[in-house]
Amino acid sequence: MSYKFHQYQVVGRGLPSETDEHPKIYRMKLWATNEVRAKSKFWYFLRKLKKVKKSNGQMLAINEIFEKNPTTIKNYGIWLRYQSRTGYHNMYKEYRDTTLNGGIEQMYTEMGSRHRVRNHCIQIIKTATIPAKLCKRESTKQFHNSKIKFPLVSKKVRPPSRKLKTTYKASKPNLFV
Amino acid sequence: MPFKRYVEIGRVALVNYGKDYGKLVVIVDVIDQNRALVDAPDMVRGQMNFKRLTLTDITIEISRTPKKKDLVKAMEAADVKNKWENSSWGRKFIVQKRRAALNDFDRFKLMLAKIKKASLVREELAKLKKAAA
Repeated sequence: MSYKFHQYQVVGRGLPSETDEHPKIYRMKLWATNEVRAKSKFWYFLRKLKKVKKSNGQMLAINEIFEKNPTTIKNYGIWLRYQSRTGYHNMYKEYRDTTLNGGIEQMYTEMGSRHRVRNHCIQIIKTATIPAKLCKRESTKQFHNSKIKFPLVSKKVRPPSRKLKTTYKASKPNLFV
Repeated sequence: MPFKRYVEIGRVALVNYGKDYGKLVVIVDVIDQNRALVDAPDMVRGQMNFKRLTLTDITIEISRTPKKKDLVKAMEAADVKNKWENSSWGRKFIVQKRRAALNDFDRFKLMLAKIKKASLVREELAKLKKAAA
């Protein structure tokens, strides 16, 4: 499963000077499509928090963070700040997924579809793995059932590979599961 | 009209698209409306969209997200492999796979076998016709 957004840990600080021999080191965990963008995002956020820029700072480390348990399902809560046509708003969203990157990807696509917010207008404030008891949204809570059972209502008929696709078929497919 | 095959923990499904085409997998948990956590003895547990799965009639007795050992044991206990290979769907699927994997020499042998079978059938038919006439 290849995800568009990767999670990076970026560490940087301002350059040492005569007034400040050992400037404080800052670490951020953020999401970007690649390392270059991650470093850029790091400076963007750090500029807003401290009086330091890329020109008078140095990058110390950038590492990609991978999912520890991609075979278990988790409920992710994502706090975000996004820019709409009329201003900035905060939001809290929940997603069920096996990996945090998957949840973040779901968030970006959902924000794009539901609110027409583009990826660069979204800032992720915080993410957390939420235990089932503390989930707020009904759409995630409905899957917290150890005896979950539902039928698949409509069958999707398609050839097992794109190569076997044909424009015309002899008969209408049977869509009953 | 009512549904007979449900998405549930322990339902065996056939993968009908993609890299794992033709594999029998067990639904081990449900992620959300479109995806299931799916496992088989010879693959790493992963997520799969329901669009890629066709549910079968076979179910096994497992709890939610069992350990790999317990899954294999439950599959043995429910005898999934034999149930599948003896079911009419399973047999047809195996024949389809066999036919798709024929090479040119196999197809030649198949052609000869078909001609032989047809000639035997016609012989018998001729005998029956003569007896009836």
